Amino acid sequence: MKKVQFTSKYSQYFFLAPQLLILLIFLYWPIVQTFRDAFTMQDAFGFGSQFAGFDNFLFIFSDPSYLTAFKFTLIYSFVITLITGSMGLLLAVQANGIMHGKNAYKTLLIWPYAIAPAVVGVMANYFFSERYGLLYSLFNNLWGFNWYEDVFDAYIYVIIAGSWKQISANFIFFLAGLQAIQKTVIEASIIDCKSNMRRFWTITFPLLMPTTFFLIIINITYAFFDTFGIIDTTTIGAPGSETKTLVYKAYIDGFRGLDLGSAGAQSIMMMLIVLVITIFQFRYIEGKIHYN
Amino acid sequence: MSFLELQNVTKIYPNGTKAVNETSLNIENGEFVVFVGPSGCGKSTLLRMIAGLEDITSGDISLDGNLINNIDPSERDVAMVFQNYALYPHMTVFNNMAYGLKNRGISKEEINNKVNDVAKLLEIDQLLSRKPSMLSGGQRQRVAMGRAIVRNPKIFLFDEPLSNLDAKLRNQMRLEIKKLQRQMGVTSIFVTHDQTEAMTLGDRIVVINNGVVEQLGTPKDIYSKPNTKFVAEFIGSPQMNLFNCKIENGVATIDNKKINLDKSINIEDACIGVRPDDIQISENGQYSSVANLVEYLGSEMIIYSTIGNQQFSCKLSSKIELKAEENFNFDIIPSTVHVFDNNTGLRV
Repeated sequence: MKKVQFTSKYSQYFFLAPQLLILLIFLYWPIVQTFRDAFTMQDAFGFGSQFAGFDNFLFIFSDPSYLTAFKFTLIYSFVITLITGSMGLLLAVQANGIMHGKNAYKTLLIWPYAIAPAVVGVMANYFFSERYGLLYSLFNNLWGFNWYEDVFDAYIYVIIAGSWKQISANFIFFLAGLQAIQKTVIEASIIDCKSNMRRFWTITFPLLMPTTFFLIIINITYAFFDTFGIIDTTTIGAPGSETKTLVYKAYIDGFRGLDLGSAGAQSIMMMLIVLVITIFQFRYIEGKIHYN
Repeated sequence: MSFLELQNVTKIYPNGTKAVNETSLNIENGEFVVFVGPSGCGKSTLLRMIAGLEDITSGDISLDGNLINNIDPSERDVAMVFQNYALYPHMTVFNNMAYGLKNRGISKEEINNKVNDVAKLLEIDQLLSRKPSMLSGGQRQRVAMGRAIVRNPKIFLFDEPLSNLDAKLRNQMRLEIKKLQRQMGVTSIFVTHDQTEAMTLGDRIVVINNGVVEQLGTPKDIYSKPNTKFVAEFIGSPQMNLFNCKIENGVATIDNKKINLDKSINIEDACIGVRPDDIQISENGQYSSVANLVEYLGSEMIIYSTIGNQQFSCKLSSKIELKAEENFNFDIIPSTVHVFDNNTGLRV
């Protein structure tokens, strides 16, 4: 094959330009803008702005509603990770064990993964509406469920809405993980150990560790960032601001409250959180849990 | 009653495949039995049914006087060594060996003693704290053996345990397995498709084909008196020459030359088997042929040739001077000949 040589020194930049432009406009510019916003104080009517130092950061940390959102996000991501992980694992183990109709189960269990979070939120809306919600009336009969007023009940609402779709993602990865375990290793353990339960916890589960840790990170990231559509279509943060995630609050403060300074500072805080998660993932997980 | 008894054991898979068909076997205590056959013949399935990893479609298996058809694999008191070792990758060598003992409620001290003893026996005592990923193929093999030995089971089941090793290590481990089995006197079943392993390891060999036992006997029996055409071809290397012919009044005719078999038999469609090393080269032999191909193996050589339109091979001392494309004469000695009926495939 003929090798093409470019004679001009600049032609390489010409070919890189479209990609660089996209990065510049949609990634670097917003980042720079976010930093500028975070360190400036805007006039309420948008007429002027002045450098504010760390005032925006000090403000969000003294703002009780930010701390509420922080607390809620932590609880939310912890519970979602736990529920989606354990449900995904349970379903994967069951689906892996069945003989007939395995593919039908697999397909049905994977489907919810293809649904956009906002659509999931709309669907959850039907179940939890005060007027015609099935789950609303069921829970209401059981313990007087009312997410419009009760914080705990609102948590249940957004947790169910947020978990449902993500169980599918966990199911897929756990099923793949189970199928990657050597069949003979399981057979050897069948000869070595009578109890199914004990065998699961001593052989299968440890061998799924790489998958588990991967999913923990995926689930935390999901609960932090991808649940925006769910919150926006379900509680919209109600009651009060109790079910606002950090992402949702930054959006509301920035675009509804037009406080770009605070939203910028919140975005930078989230960036730091992502940074910590990523470092943790690379440092402690990627390197350590491999058996091959 | 024998130590391990299989009675009319049959395995039919859900898709209708008959993997094992009405197999009956008796294995005595302390015996080393080898299941040998081509891939897909059902030998591994049979072994796995004894282990309890496959259910039995029909028939009975009893071990040491107890029917074990429906007994959980962990309670049959069998230990299995797998082809790919099947070590637990997340456990150290020590824990791999101790796992089966822990689950059986044996005290920590006793487990320690047992594992250390077996590790010394297998010379893996330096590796006890390592994970399987840090071991070589041969070391993994030893750990897999150790995991079986430490349990002190009634029976060892080996499922092609040597096929993942290189040739040199394979020979070494083969000798070692034989030695260990002698030393411990534990009944063992060894599955392989390799006839050398079968011949060298087994007190008795079970030749299996298409889910049916073709022949059961000592290596010598099987080599010198194959019951069927299949066994004749399968055991022995290079494989036995089979010449199709017609036998009239005990005289077989191959390529218009007569061989007197000293048996008063008449078979229309017969087959005469001669081992490659039983073909006698001599200057005034009654057959004459051309060496199409000569394989030099050091002390021996293998000549590939044809009589009539039938191919055959012979194994000669390489001291004989014979090159490809040269002519040679030979005889077929009636006393070394095996006769089979082509219609039934059975020895006559």
